[in-house]
Amino acid sequence: MSVQVLTYIFVGITFAIYIAIALWARAKSTTDFYVAGGGVHPVVNGMATAADWMSAASFISMAGIIAFMGRDGAVYLLGWTGGYVLLALLLAPYLRKFGQFTVPDFIGERYYSKAARVVAVVCLIFISFTYIAGQMRGVGIVFSRFLEVEIATGVMIGMAIVFIYAALGGMKGITYTQAAQYCVLIFAYMVPAIFISILVSGSPIPQLGFGGTMADGSGRAVLETLDGVLLDLGFGAYTAGAKSTIDVFAITAALMIGTAGLPHVIVRFFTVPKVSDARRSAGWALIFIAILYTTAPAVAVFARLNFVESVNEKPYEETPAWFRNWEDIGLVAWQDKNDDGRLQYRAGAPFAGAPDFTDERGESGQRLMANATTDTDNEVYVDRDIIVLANPEIAALPDWVVALVAAGGLAAALSTAAGLLLVISAAVSHDLLKKTFSPTLSERQELLYARIAIAVALGLAGLFGIYPPAFVAQVVAFAFGLAAASLFPAILLGVFSKRMNKEGAIAGMVAGLGFTFSYIVYFKFISPDSNTAANWLFGISPEGIGFIGALLNFAVAGLVAAMTAAPPQAVQDLVDDIRLPSGASVAHKH
Amino acid sequence: MAGEQQDHQTSVYHHDDQGNPVEQSSHDGDTVSETRLSDYWQANLKFLGALLVVWFSVSFGAGIIFADTLDQYTFLGFPLGFWFAQQGAIYVFVVLIFVYVIGMSRIDRAYGVEDDDKTSDTAGEHTS
Repeated sequence: MSVQVLTYIFVGITFAIYIAIALWARAKSTTDFYVAGGGVHPVVNGMATAADWMSAASFISMAGIIAFMGRDGAVYLLGWTGGYVLLALLLAPYLRKFGQFTVPDFIGERYYSKAARVVAVVCLIFISFTYIAGQMRGVGIVFSRFLEVEIATGVMIGMAIVFIYAALGGMKGITYTQAAQYCVLIFAYMVPAIFISILVSGSPIPQLGFGGTMADGSGRAVLETLDGVLLDLGFGAYTAGAKSTIDVFAITAALMIGTAGLPHVIVRFFTVPKVSDARRSAGWALIFIAILYTTAPAVAVFARLNFVESVNEKPYEETPAWFRNWEDIGLVAWQDKNDDGRLQYRAGAPFAGAPDFTDERGESGQRLMANATTDTDNEVYVDRDIIVLANPEIAALPDWVVALVAAGGLAAALSTAAGLLLVISAAVSHDLLKKTFSPTLSERQELLYARIAIAVALGLAGLFGIYPPAFVAQVVAFAFGLAAASLFPAILLGVFSKRMNKEGAIAGMVAGLGFTFSYIVYFKFISPDSNTAANWLFGISPEGIGFIGALLNFAVAGLVAAMTAAPPQAVQDLVDDIRLPSGASVAHKH
Repeated sequence: MAGEQQDHQTSVYHHDDQGNPVEQSSHDGDTVSETRLSDYWQANLKFLGALLVVWFSVSFGAGIIFADTLDQYTFLGFPLGFWFAQQGAIYVFVVLIFVYVIGMSRIDRAYGVEDDDKTSDTAGEHTS
């Protein structure tokens, strides 16, 4: 059977499972819909949280980005897992005790203010949309490469599937579907990783393999070999960092704080029965996450090594089939600058910008581009998003492994997209309609609006996926910066400072969000030419600026709160109540 | 740091443990006196603080600030700073969360505010 047929079979089976689970776990009440009835087992919830949280960026893009960043790629590893620790220790148990449906619920009640709730809803919707666009893009890439349909068609198929189980099952359907998706995605990630680790280093444990020696009999360490190869081609050493320490620090911090502030992850802790379950569930989730996150840097090393070896100095006619397949959908390209018919892979951009293909073919049969050449020796363009997906092919693994990875990538993208859609829909139907504009809404009407909101949100997300603003992980990094600067400080202060009042929280969120948003928009969109270290504030790139935004949020909130009246007694009592684990019951209606 | 905290915890244990196992699982937060809540909260903050110090040291410390210095040592075949940044910190994170789960349930019990033995069986249902 061909790869394509196998992929159709794998993807078809997994989709059928997801839909069957959604039918079985249909939501009957708003409690089912928003928080799965509050009765999910901690281990299942841990799996669902892990799938929710490991997005297309984690599955598809992360190892690729690390492969090209080397040690600096640790910002993603440390940022995303370290933020999880913050979430587990500082937020999850208290939000579970608080026991309502959404993050804006908490902000609205704790800061006794509709305005604060609306600010939180705006932050949440903005973060979730930025994030979801990346997921849809991931879905599109998988479909177009492995099922050979247009990216737009792929995105639409993905949207239809997510809609079925998100709108039907709500949080309950999504939770159980995500647990299944976790199993699919981790299996799909580990199988090729183990294969490749055995091929390159001889060790079946990738986490140890990339610290071991090469299996080619040379006796050299894997990392040393890679460092040597890259230095020869004019790159920096893999194990040395290229970014400044302060920038790495800030990016890691922004990703950490941002992770802890992501509404679709926070809301997962509303679904377990008790405070102690929320703590345990966070622990399980991190174990499930760590399996993938400790494997990714190994995959990155093996993939980079394999990539160089199978591409560099090869005549175009002799490149492996995967190279031409990915060239066909425009994610790798080759510009034969010295007309020798061979691919020279070196440091630096091969040409300006992303490839702009003409319809013509060159002498060797390669696709020609209209891009202006650069003066580097590099002739090969490679989109970092393909590394994980192409990895099994690069290492010449069996076809079923390739198909499995496609199904895994879809599981990662769909599970995260569904979680995000749910928080968007809850924010609109629950926080905006029911709690702010139309309190008389009946439960049935609220459910109906929640489902309509999912449909609308999905449509918009699909548009982002078809017309993507940047590549997957970059878009996601944007969402993290904004979450770091707005939601995390407000929630943290809400639990740990009784004195924090609505004036302080709102001023903090607006300041943090406004600053971070403007900084990113300025360097990414208004004046991309000036996006260099010399122009950055304290040498911190737009990716890391959310850290400063969060500090600004804390500072402004503290200052404003000190100058205004303390919150009412009822709210201070609420904080006392949140701090006590006992008496935590099911998320209650209101 | 760890030793000092241990002392504090155990002394509270003896002081408070046996007394109130029944009232504590009450659904009503008001049965816990203000002073007990504030003592509980202080113990909680101290414990959190200690865990966050470890969290910071392995990630920002060993993985970023001192990574270059640590890289001169080798561990399991990796330069040590590189290993902390791409592997080690994550393992420590997992351990931290489980230490937190166990430590917190001890503190909860010591102050009689734990949520165990209650609600988990019926949790799915009585919402409306």
